[in-house]
Amino acid sequence: MTKVRMRQAVIQALADELESDPSVILLGEDIAAAGGAFKATEGLLDRFGPVRVRDTPISEMGFLGAAVGAAMAGLRPVVEMMFVEFTGVALDQLVTEAAKVSYLSRGELTAPLTVRASAGAGLGFGCQHSQFLDHWFRATPGLKLAVPSGARTAYGLLRAAIRDPGPVVVLEPRVLYGDREDVEFGEAGILPLGRAHRVSSGDDVTLVALGATVPTAVAAQQLAAGAWTADIIDLQTLVPWDRQSVLGSVRHTGRLVVVEESPYSGGWGSEICDYIAGELFGELTAPALRVTTPDTPVPYSQPLEERFVPSPELVADQVGQLLATGRRPAPWWEASAQR
Amino acid sequence: MTGERRERRAQLATPLGPFERMAEIRAVEEHIQLLFNEGHVRGSTHLSNGQEAVAVGVAAAARLTDVVTCTYRGHGQALALGLTAKEVIGEIVGRTVGCAGGLGGSMHLVGPDVGLWPTFAIVGAGLPVAVGAALASQVNRSGRAAIAVFGDGAANIGAFHESLNLAAIWQLPVVFVCENNLYGEYTRIQLSTPVSDLADRAAGYAIPGLVVDGQDVAAVTAAVSEALERARADGGPTLLEMKTYRYSGHSKSDPGSYRPAGELDQWLRRDPITIEAGRLIDGGTATAEQLAAVSSRIAAEVRRAAADALAAPQPAVAEMLIHVHG
Ligand SMILES: Cc1ncc(C[n+]2csc(CCOP(=O)(O)OP(=O)(O)O)c2C)c(N)n1
Ligand SMILES: [Mg+2]
Repeated sequence: MTKVRMRQAVIQALADELESDPSVILLGEDIAAAGGAFKATEGLLDRFGPVRVRDTPISEMGFLGAAVGAAMAGLRPVVEMMFVEFTGVALDQLVTEAAKVSYLSRGELTAPLTVRASAGAGLGFGCQHSQFLDHWFRATPGLKLAVPSGARTAYGLLRAAIRDPGPVVVLEPRVLYGDREDVEFGEAGILPLGRAHRVSSGDDVTLVALGATVPTAVAAQQLAAGAWTADIIDLQTLVPWDRQSVLGSVRHTGRLVVVEESPYSGGWGSEICDYIAGELFGELTAPALRVTTPDTPVPYSQPLEERFVPSPELVADQVGQLLATGRRPAPWWEASAQR
Repeated sequence: MTGERRERRAQLATPLGPFERMAEIRAVEEHIQLLFNEGHVRGSTHLSNGQEAVAVGVAAAARLTDVVTCTYRGHGQALALGLTAKEVIGEIVGRTVGCAGGLGGSMHLVGPDVGLWPTFAIVGAGLPVAVGAALASQVNRSGRAAIAVFGDGAANIGAFHESLNLAAIWQLPVVFVCENNLYGEYTRIQLSTPVSDLADRAAGYAIPGLVVDGQDVAAVTAAVSEALERARADGGPTLLEMKTYRYSGHSKSDPGSYRPAGELDQWLRRDPITIEAGRLIDGGTATAEQLAAVSSRIAAEVRRAAADALAAPQPAVAEMLIHVHG
C-alpha cells in the first residue's frame, strides 16, 4: 500500500496500462507536454513518447471520434476530457457511434476506448465547468460508467476501464484530485467494473454514495457521533451498478438514503430507489430518501456553491430527520423547507 | 446601470477614450491577479492584458444594439462595451454588485443592454450563437449586426467551420474576430494549427479574411468598422484575424513557462497602450504628462472599485433558485 494523491493514482494506472499493453495510447488537450490541466498525465510523455502520448488541438469531436476508430482498429485509446462539459461537442461519437459498435456488428467489432473526464462542483469554476453530467452517459446502453471516490478507486477502476472490451466513461471528481489515500498498485489493485464497496458497516440506514459523495457520507456519519450507524456503500460503477450489494444492505438496515451530486430530477439515485422499492416493498421501515443538488445550474458564489452540493451537515440532518420521524424530509430548496 | 454603461460606451468616441479604456482594462486585470493571489477569486480566471486593443476596437466599432459574443477571456471586452470596473470585479469576486449577481464568475460576464451576451466558457460556443443573432437580424431587418470574438485555438473546433459556412451561404451580418494570441492554453499555435494566418481559412468559405494588427486600437477599430458596414449592407460575413499576445499565462497562476525566452519582451515593445499613447502625443492630442496623470487616476478608480466590490454582500441562497427557466 502506498499513500498517494488521486491524480497520482491516475498517472500510475495509465503508466501501468501503457507498460503492460502496447495498444494503449493517450489523447487529449495539453496532456503530453504540459502533463494535463490537473496534472493527471504528468511524466507520461517522457516515459512513453509522443507517438503514444499525444497532445491534440481543441477538436473534441475529432479526437474523440478518432479514438473510436482507433479502438475499432485494435488500439485501446484513453481520451482525457479536461472538463466533462467538453464532451458535449463530441457526444455523437460516444453516445451514438461508440456505444453502437458492438451491437451493430453483432459483436464482431468492439470499441474499447476509455474517456476520462474531470467532473463536478465545489471549486468555483462556474456553471459551464462544474456539472457532474453522469446523466449524459448513464442512460445510453452500450456505455459503461465508473466514478472513483479517491485514489484507490481511481487506480483500480481506470485500469479495469482500459481493459474493458467496450467504451467506458470514467468521471473523476475534480475536488478529489489532491486528496491522498492508500492504494494497492499492480494487478491486485484492479477493481472490476460493476462492483460496489462497503466503506463502513452499520445497522440503521444504508447510505449509497458515489464519487465525491462517498467522503461526504463518511463525514456525515461522523457528525452523527453514534446517533445512528450506516452501511456506507461506494457504488464505484454506475453502469452497471451493483444491485446485489445494495439490496443485501437495505435488507439488513431497512432504510435507504442515496447521496448524489447531481440534480434531483432524473438523478441516478432514482434508479436505485426504484429497484429497491420494487424488491423490498413491505420490508422498508422508512421511505427511500435522496439527498441531491437542486435542479439549478451550479452557482459561482462560494456560499451558494457550498449550499448547492450536499454537505456532510445536510446529509446528517436529513438522515436524522428520517430516523426520527419515519418520514422523508422535504428537499431544502422547497419553500416549505427553507430556513 | 444602463445609463452609466452607455455613457462609458460613448466615451470611446472621444479622443482619449480608447487610451483610457485600455488603461482601465490593464489596471483591472492587474488588480484581478492580486485578488486571485489573495484568494478572492475562485476557480480560474483568464486575463487579457496585452489584448486590450482588440476589445476596445471591437466596442468602438460596434453599435450599442449590436450583439457581441465572447469568451471566458472577456473581462476586457465587458469593460470596453461599457460595464463598470465595479460590476466586472464584483462578478469575479462573487458579490451581488457583479454583473451576474455573483452567480456567474470570471468566465461569465454579461451586459445585454450594451450588447454583451453571457460570455462563453466552452471554446467555440459563441460563434454559432453570433450567427443566430445575425440570422434574427436578417429575418427582422433590424440592422443589428453580430460580432463573435474568439481565440486562435477555437479555429480548430467544428463550431468555427460550421459557423463560417452558415454565415457565408446565408450572407449574414456577422463579423468573426479571432484573437490570435499564439497560444491555446499551454500549446503554441504551430503545434495545433497548420496555417500561419488563420485569416486564410476565410477563403474556404468564400468570405473576406484579413490579418489585422491587434496591438493598434485604431487599426482594429477601422477593420471592424469596415466589416460591420459590409455586413449591414448585406455584404455578408468577414473573418478578421487580430495578431495579438496575452502577457499573462493562460489562467490562474500559470506563469507561461512554455513560452520561448524573449517572446514576451518582444511583444511588450508593441504594447497597445504605449502605441496609442504615442499616437496621441505625436498628434498633439495630449502630452506624456497628461497621459500619465490619466493612468494614475484610472488606477486609483480601479482600486476604489475593487474595494467597493469586495465590501458588497454575497448573494442570498434564494438567488440560485430563480431564473432557471426563462
Ligand atoms: C470545447 C472546449 N474544449 C476545451 C476547453 C478548455 N480550454 C479553455 S480555454 C482553452 C484554450 C483556448 O485557446 P484560444 O481559443 O486560443 O483562446 P485564448 O484562451 O488564447 O484566448 C481551452 C483548451 C474549453 N473551454 N472548451
Ligand atoms: Mg489563443
